[in-house]
Amino acid sequence: MTAILRHELKANFHALTAWFFGAFLLCFVGIGALQYNLKAAVSNFEYVLGYCSIVLAIIVPLLTMRTIAEERRQRTDQLLYSLPVTAVQVVLGKYLALLIVFAVPLLIVCLYPLIFAGYGDVYLPTAYGALAAFFLMGAALIALGVFISSLTENQGLAAGLGVAVMLLNYYSVSLSEYVSRTTVGSGVALAVIAVLVCLLIRYMTKNTDLAYGAAVVLILGLSGVLYFKPELLEGLLPEIMEKLSFFERFYTFVDGVFDLTGVVFYLTAIVFFLFLTVQSLEKRRYN
Amino acid sequence: MISVNHLTKYYGEHLAVSDLSFEIGEGHVYGFLGPNGAGKSTTMNIMTGCLSATEGSVSIDGHDIFEEPRAAKRLIGYLPEQPPLYQGETPEEYLTFVGQAKGLRGERLRTEIESAVEATGIEPVRNKRIGALSKGFRQRVGIAQALLGDPRVIILDEPTVGLDPIQILEIRELIRRLGRTHTVIFSSHILSEVQTVCDRILIIAHGRLVAQGEPEELERRLAGENEIILTADAGSVEAAEIVSQIEGLHALDAAEEGSVSTFRLSAGDGDPYDMTRALFGAFAKADVPILEMAVKKATLEDIFLELTEKDTAAVPVEDGGKNDFAEREATDHDGDPET
Repeated sequence: MTAILRHELKANFHALTAWFFGAFLLCFVGIGALQYNLKAAVSNFEYVLGYCSIVLAIIVPLLTMRTIAEERRQRTDQLLYSLPVTAVQVVLGKYLALLIVFAVPLLIVCLYPLIFAGYGDVYLPTAYGALAAFFLMGAALIALGVFISSLTENQGLAAGLGVAVMLLNYYSVSLSEYVSRTTVGSGVALAVIAVLVCLLIRYMTKNTDLAYGAAVVLILGLSGVLYFKPELLEGLLPEIMEKLSFFERFYTFVDGVFDLTGVVFYLTAIVFFLFLTVQSLEKRRYN
Repeated sequence: MISVNHLTKYYGEHLAVSDLSFEIGEGHVYGFLGPNGAGKSTTMNIMTGCLSATEGSVSIDGHDIFEEPRAAKRLIGYLPEQPPLYQGETPEEYLTFVGQAKGLRGERLRTEIESAVEATGIEPVRNKRIGALSKGFRQRVGIAQALLGDPRVIILDEPTVGLDPIQILEIRELIRRLGRTHTVIFSSHILSEVQTVCDRILIIAHGRLVAQGEPEELERRLAGENEIILTADAGSVEAAEIVSQIEGLHALDAAEEGSVSTFRLSAGDGDPYDMTRALFGAFAKADVPILEMAVKKATLEDIFLELTEKDTAAVPVEDGGKNDFAEREATDHDGDPET
């Protein structure tokens, strides 16, 4: 795993993606700090991170797009399969390398609150709590990006898909206000989502029976709930959209609350997407 | 060393490898021969753990490739059909990565890289970008990668495809040299290549093993009917009459050119020299000079074609100069590894 980690770090810094990623992140944090902390003289550094969070939706996919897609395109994935390393080691090595690339600019950002503290009253615990959460949210988004990269051998597609998914996630809370809160509306929307999930299952496993089976189970379950306990569905979809938003969770930290459920949410998301990535790699062996 | 048992692989509905079983012993160069699409790459991918099998098992020195992949993979060095190279790196960086991933560290890593670089002759390009190297050198870097970790078996999938004739000769020489210290398995759809480099041959067609053995043994065992080519100084009618006096011979083909006629005769199962002796006597008695007579034995090429001819994807070869043609074909159809 260390060999993969080192190799990926080298590749990221060599291909300039790491530098661009760091530069963009520092640039936007800098603009945020200028506007909030210097111009508006607000002493809360966490607001700056809240302001910058949307930037991650753009630059994380650009960082993660090549991770696995490029291996597929160059056929170097065959090398990885034939080496005495497991798919878990490959994915973890790649993921940790990306985390390091993400952590380096954040370490620089860690100095900002200290610098500001020299000129005024900065409440450091909330600032660093928000920074830790910012790192966790980024880590979860990177895991999502790595997974998307494992679905295709086209880097551009991986990036585009990544940005789309993350922006959708970013706006899901404001979008949820426009989503029907009625029972039927939620039921129909959930049915559509269930179908989409099954299509994804089919794409990933190439197993039609499994996809149909999942579709039948999900739709039956949904109909059952709709029939027996329709009140459960009322407002369910907007609620799910809010609960699954990576960014909404982060704003709790920005508001000065160190939310442990948020930490658990991010860690779960990381494990979930890395697990899917490993499955996606293994699938190539079993197609 | 390697035993492949009842290997079967389906891609969806398509059967790529069908109930394939064979043993690979230690210390030989094995040629994996078959037309394109015969299942060579699929078999090699399964043997190296890059692909799962639908059924069957592969064990490397007692380690099952699916049950104990790490132990099994340590014994194998593999070069896939498209050399898996990171275009942006130098061979030095690339080999360092592969060596580390194979668990080599420190001094051992250095010495193994040195000996792989030396064995494959990539010293002059070791610090150039791989993407800028010629195909021949890229192929060598791929082979160097397979040599790291001192594997006992080296598996090369069509290592000469897409190379120019000089590079092909160099790679063949390299394979022969590697064969002195390792068990080497390499696949090819070019018979002459397998014949010159290997001392064991496995012929695959339609995902099945159709023949295996040493080249000479294969020729001997599978040699079909012998043919006699005879040119006599007489018209075809007259000559045919003489030929028909000899029992066990029948004409496959006859041609007349001026006063000279040429026959292609089948000797059946009989000893061809008995036939030629009888022919000589008969023509002498009729006072017709034999201008030319030759016994044509079935070559490995014929066997290969016969065994695989039902395949529509078979290499288009004709009599005479066929290997050159096949090689040219191979050079032309190769895809660019950069795309």
